[in-house]
Amino acid sequence: MSNEAILQKPADAVVTHGDHREGNGHSEHHHKETFISKYVFSMDHKMIAKQFLITGIIWAIIGGLFSVLFRLQLGYPNDSFPILETLLGKWAKGGKIQPEFYYALVTMHGTVLVFFVLTAGLSGTFANFLIPLQIGARDMASPFMNMLSYWFFWAASVVMISSLFVETGPASGGWTSYPPLSALGGASEGSKTGMDLWLISMALFVVSSLLGGLNYISTILNMRTKGMSMTRVPLTIWALFFTAVLGVLSFPVLLSGFILLLFDRHGGTSFYLSDIYLASTQQALPNEGGSAILYQHLFWFLGHPEVYIILLPAMGMVSEIMSVNSRKPIFGYMAMIGSLFAITILAFLVWAHHMFVSGLNPFLGSVFVLLTLLIAVPSAIKVFNWLTTLWRGNIRFTPAMLFSIGFVSLFISGGLTGIFLGNSTLDIHLHDTYFVVAHFHIVMGVASFFGLFAGVYHWFPKMYGRYLNNTMAYLHFWVTLIGAYLIFWPMHYEGLAGMPRRYMDFSQWVSFNQFGDLNRFISIVSIIVFAVQLLFVFNFFYSIFKGRRVTTSNPWDSNTLEWTTPIRPGHGNWPGEIPEVHRWPYDYGKDGREFIPQTEPVGAQETAH
Amino acid sequence: MAQTVPMAQKWWSGGKSPFNTEYGKLMRWYFLMSDAFTFGAFLISYGTIRYSSNGWPDPNEVFQSFPGLGSGFPLLFVSLMTFILIMSSVTMVLAVHAGHSNDKKTVIKMLVWTIIGGFAFLGCQAWEWSHLHHEGAWWGMNPFSNADGTQSTTNFTNFFFTITGFHGFHVFSGVVINIIMLIMTLNGVFERRGHYLMIEKAGLYWHFVDLVWVFVFTCFYLL
Repeated sequence: MSNEAILQKPADAVVTHGDHREGNGHSEHHHKETFISKYVFSMDHKMIAKQFLITGIIWAIIGGLFSVLFRLQLGYPNDSFPILETLLGKWAKGGKIQPEFYYALVTMHGTVLVFFVLTAGLSGTFANFLIPLQIGARDMASPFMNMLSYWFFWAASVVMISSLFVETGPASGGWTSYPPLSALGGASEGSKTGMDLWLISMALFVVSSLLGGLNYISTILNMRTKGMSMTRVPLTIWALFFTAVLGVLSFPVLLSGFILLLFDRHGGTSFYLSDIYLASTQQALPNEGGSAILYQHLFWFLGHPEVYIILLPAMGMVSEIMSVNSRKPIFGYMAMIGSLFAITILAFLVWAHHMFVSGLNPFLGSVFVLLTLLIAVPSAIKVFNWLTTLWRGNIRFTPAMLFSIGFVSLFISGGLTGIFLGNSTLDIHLHDTYFVVAHFHIVMGVASFFGLFAGVYHWFPKMYGRYLNNTMAYLHFWVTLIGAYLIFWPMHYEGLAGMPRRYMDFSQWVSFNQFGDLNRFISIVSIIVFAVQLLFVFNFFYSIFKGRRVTTSNPWDSNTLEWTTPIRPGHGNWPGEIPEVHRWPYDYGKDGREFIPQTEPVGAQETAH
Repeated sequence: MAQTVPMAQKWWSGGKSPFNTEYGKLMRWYFLMSDAFTFGAFLISYGTIRYSSNGWPDPNEVFQSFPGLGSGFPLLFVSLMTFILIMSSVTMVLAVHAGHSNDKKTVIKMLVWTIIGGFAFLGCQAWEWSHLHHEGAWWGMNPFSNADGTQSTTNFTNFFFTITGFHGFHVFSGVVINIIMLIMTLNGVFERRGHYLMIEKAGLYWHFVDLVWVFVFTCFYLL
């Protein structure tokens, strides 16, 4: 039984899902593959996943390098680095990073890592790679749209890269691009061409995300193999499903916000602009009646779900990897699904907690406090389920497992500070300080990166038929985990002391002078951590060509369907029929057996889950 | 060829579509949900700005011209536009219906009527836009005063042109889709396939664009 048979109406019986799936099972060498069709304009979900991953890695290096540059400034505000002038020219005159460029660096660091690495690089990679393999489908519902999704992302990347090279520099109004700064070309250098390119790039990115998301949802709902009911799919699939739902429903609102912003920039409209006084021209703007806060609402209606778009895939992969490597069923499978669902719903109802000090009605603020703190409930359910999955497990400390455990640690640490920030009263003191920086870097940035690393280490054998080097992997893990805490833990104290974010030089303030040494320490650690990420990148590319070969089709003794394919599956994934599924994916250590693959029928004496 | 799946089987147990349809139609629905959020964001922004403004122009005074008749006919022209668009939705339904019974001739006829309706709507919109532009209205320019006679901000025209423009763009892409459907029907693509499912999907989009117009119409012309 294959996906061809999903239709029931006689009239529909001849509908196939694209010719790659015709010929039932012998689709692998169905058409001649050229270099272009195999590696460039590929319609194979596995190749598209690798394209997303490698593009994401390139972006992560660029985005990480930005942070190293501005950490140099923050750690050594009084020193100059002549090499920076050689590299950056006028942006680092005399070896010191210029204020305009500092803002550009912070802005691009945020944009690149949030959207290009942790959205496209994370869910783009793993949704594409894992959905068809784990639900038992030959490819995505629409391989063509899937290809378009990557190439829109690619176009967005090209536009964003090009904005780095325009004369007035890239966008520099923060990754949130609040008007009026982003709406007025005269407000700063970064609000000129760089801002337009930023908006165009992001619009292309929204299209890419929409094409991908529609595909992920329809594939998961429509293309599951026989027996793969929704309560038998691995938790990765549930997480990627909710991620796609979040993206499909929240990105369009951002797009609307951007369209209005473009009109404000170039059409003489006043959606976000009102008669504010400009210091540079000594005059008030001619605009009337607009509201800058409106943009914040539109932005954060995406902006907050975006946090979960980044986090949910990591949660899903961690759940799966943890169960496999604890050799135990995941604790609370249904609770895991329920909490993912609850997070998805709540994600749409909490956006204004980013706006507590924007002049929001305090009563409305208190409603958002309540809804925000409610997220702690499903989050806690997930944390306890992960801990109880580990409890008395027969743990295999593979690099993927270590990163998964690291994810839980970071999620707890970063989640707890979220409770502080979710209170509108505390937020009056804490907003726009390093406390916020520390919170979201730990809970969303580093934690999701840990999910990404866990996924790469776990599924690399399936992607390339080789293993990553373990020694480098362990070094990568320990330095990154300890480094991440050393970087972001001290920032909580700086933030509590009131040290604001987005300032390039604190040495002028007596109150923050005391943190000079601490800032230097953070900068040194962040350079070390960045170097270790380069080690991972080396490991990644080295192992593609020279890594230890995978010799068995199921190297982790896992239950899920992707390990029933050949070691290097062709386009179509299974050379023969797609296997039928008879049980849930978490039968580890059941009835004295270490693992029972999903394809094995439930025995006569056995109780089904 | 597909096997027949016994109806007794559970819908969600895998191996078949739980909605008994192919992926394209599902995707169309999800796309429409997404697009609804785009329009929703626009209209909510419109509402936010409008109700934080001191006044707003009276649509009965702004939209009162009819080509050839001059002014003094409040909302007459937009009623015609709305009627055209709704009629084109009716012909689309008939095209989809004819597709179900593989009636190629009727499908072609009804698609042609739908396309004509779409073009007529776009033509009306072009006339209305150019008429308003002639009166001095554009993005950033608003010649109309508030209903209470006070001077209005430009946001009435800003939102009007942005949102009706965005909707017009949707109508235009819908017409393009319908033309592609017509060409495919004329070439006998659906006849060879044995079903007219693509027409159904194009129809979903067309009805959605029609539905959005109802909201746009209400917000800009009635309220």
